Amino acid sequence: MATVSLEKINKVYENGFHAVKDLSLDIADGEFMVLVGPSGCGKTTALRMVAGLEDITTGILRIGGKEANDETPKQRDIAMVFQNYALYPHMTVADNIGFALKLRKLSKAQVKAKVEEAAEILGLTDWLDRKPGQLSGGQRQRVAMGRAIVREPAVFLMDEPLSNLDAKLRVQMRAEVARIQRRIGVSTIYVTHDQTEAMTMGDRVTVLRSGELQQVDTPQNLYDNPDNIFVAAFIGSPAMNLYDAGLGEGARTLKLGSQELPLPEAVVRKRPGLLAYAGRDVVAGLRPEHLPAATTSPDGSHLAGKVDLVEALGSELVVHFTIDAHRVLAEGAVDKDEAAAVQHGEGVARVAAKTPVKPGDTLLFAVDYEDMQFFDPNSGLAIRG
Amino acid sequence: MRNRKRTGWRRYVNGVSISTLITALFILLPLYWLVATSFKDPNSIGNSPPSLTPTPLSGGNYSNAFVGYDFGIYFRNSLIVTIGATALVLILGTLAGYALGRLPMRGKFTTLVILLMISVFPEVAVIAPLYLLMRNIGWLNSYQALILPYTAFNLPFAIWILRNYFLGIPKEMEETGRIDGASPLRTVWTIVLPQALPGLFTAGIFCFTACWTEFLMALTFNSSNNYRTIPVGIAEFGGNFQVPYGTIFAASVVAVVPIGVLVFVFRKFVISGLTSGAVKG
Repeated sequence: MATVSLEKINKVYENGFHAVKDLSLDIADGEFMVLVGPSGCGKTTALRMVAGLEDITTGILRIGGKEANDETPKQRDIAMVFQNYALYPHMTVADNIGFALKLRKLSKAQVKAKVEEAAEILGLTDWLDRKPGQLSGGQRQRVAMGRAIVREPAVFLMDEPLSNLDAKLRVQMRAEVARIQRRIGVSTIYVTHDQTEAMTMGDRVTVLRSGELQQVDTPQNLYDNPDNIFVAAFIGSPAMNLYDAGLGEGARTLKLGSQELPLPEAVVRKRPGLLAYAGRDVVAGLRPEHLPAATTSPDGSHLAGKVDLVEALGSELVVHFTIDAHRVLAEGAVDKDEAAAVQHGEGVARVAAKTPVKPGDTLLFAVDYEDMQFFDPNSGLAIRG
Repeated sequence: MRNRKRTGWRRYVNGVSISTLITALFILLPLYWLVATSFKDPNSIGNSPPSLTPTPLSGGNYSNAFVGYDFGIYFRNSLIVTIGATALVLILGTLAGYALGRLPMRGKFTTLVILLMISVFPEVAVIAPLYLLMRNIGWLNSYQALILPYTAFNLPFAIWILRNYFLGIPKEMEETGRIDGASPLRTVWTIVLPQALPGLFTAGIFCFTACWTEFLMALTFNSSNNYRTIPVGIAEFGGNFQVPYGTIFAASVVAVVPIGVLVFVFRKFVISGLTSGAVKG
């Protein structure tokens, strides 16, 4: 078990492509750190640099407090689980799991004991004599984990290990992986593009974009207090509704399209930095669950939206609506299909299941102003203190 | 009606099947004639008109080849030279193919192009200087005089086949081995080679066939009867006044059998080895 420390790590490829830019990150002993971001954000490159499979251009990597830049993967005492498991098809499950131990010249009895122990943790005891081709996707994934566990490494590295599984199995295996990591207690760096995986599994989550670190925080804090527009749009599903808006005098009103909404004093108390933006443009963000359907009479504080589509989930309704404000999209935070769908002020709200609403209606939303997020329209950074 | 479906054997009477049948007969009839004639009585081979079947069946041509013409020696020599060259080609080809496919090194593309050029180089262009070289180092009439040139000429093809096969194995498998502490050699032996067996069989069979049937170098370098190989040996069966066709045919059948067996047994690997090689992911 060990800490991992990345100090201003950079990776520049021979063709000049700068994949990872000044990444500094500390992973505590036993911590489950998730690296998340869209494709091409540098998360896998960062992981491979920690593993020793890619050279570090500049910066210092420390594992267990010791500089590890020039160490081979074996010397770093890490174990890695790949997206496609990389199991050896010509070896049995037992041989796959025990391969690393054989390389360390442990006796047959020792190898057998450790393999059986790992198999028991992972529920693979009945499958030790099978070959990977005879296993299901979930079982193969567990064998890959077994191969990592049995090494008793200082650090686990996982590169999107659940991506090849179907949706239902992915949900099941998420819990398995988290359970195993808690039981073993090894520091883990887990790479994924799926923000739901990131939020449910990590002790802390690092959001990356185009090789740059955006924010490192606990999942809840990332959700509640995103540092910039990208993190706000990337974390949370459905994504946060982000609009160009105008702050009025003293930051007491907010103009969203043709609607002017009153901002309670509590909003300014929570975000004193808003005062500097009085009379200027900002980007306002509201999560879907902060737009419940209004249950009181209109009092000027409600946001009116024209309903386009209502999706009944049983426990709630997901209402797609339009207002006449300009929707802000963070590049790379949402996929192209979602981007195409939110061209002109569309938004998404989550309302109570029994709300009487249908497409074509105008629905009043009781805005949860205190949970509203505000961002500088130029820098994209959150406006706070 | 014109478009009525045919039934029974008439289903197979069409342009494609007839052309296929003719082509197959074109290839198989000479082989049949070879085998049939080898089993005819030596005195009845020249009969006019020639008989289609060996009646009576006779093993005289075979015993004549082994007893009267030293075919056993030629067979032994061919085995030694072919197996020796094939083994060398597979060992060196595996190491070179892996290095050129996977290890970080400069000039990979240049090396591969040079290898390609060597593989299409005509043997006849280098036979004279090679003869002088063999004579100068005292290797004429020896096994190594054939084993080493055979290795050199077959290695490029083997390297290409094996390299393409190694590239088809997911890189992550080797990276896992690296992380676990396996050296490159251990990685090749334990992880890569077992998965590249079809490629090995393909390269091995092509090399075996090429060495087994090679004539020019065998004729030039090994003129002594003790080191003659099958192709040269059979060509020398004919004398000034007679050509023992039956003996020649029998020896040829024996020469063809090992190749036929190898290719038949490993036919699946040969096909997959030639068609595989696309890099995955």
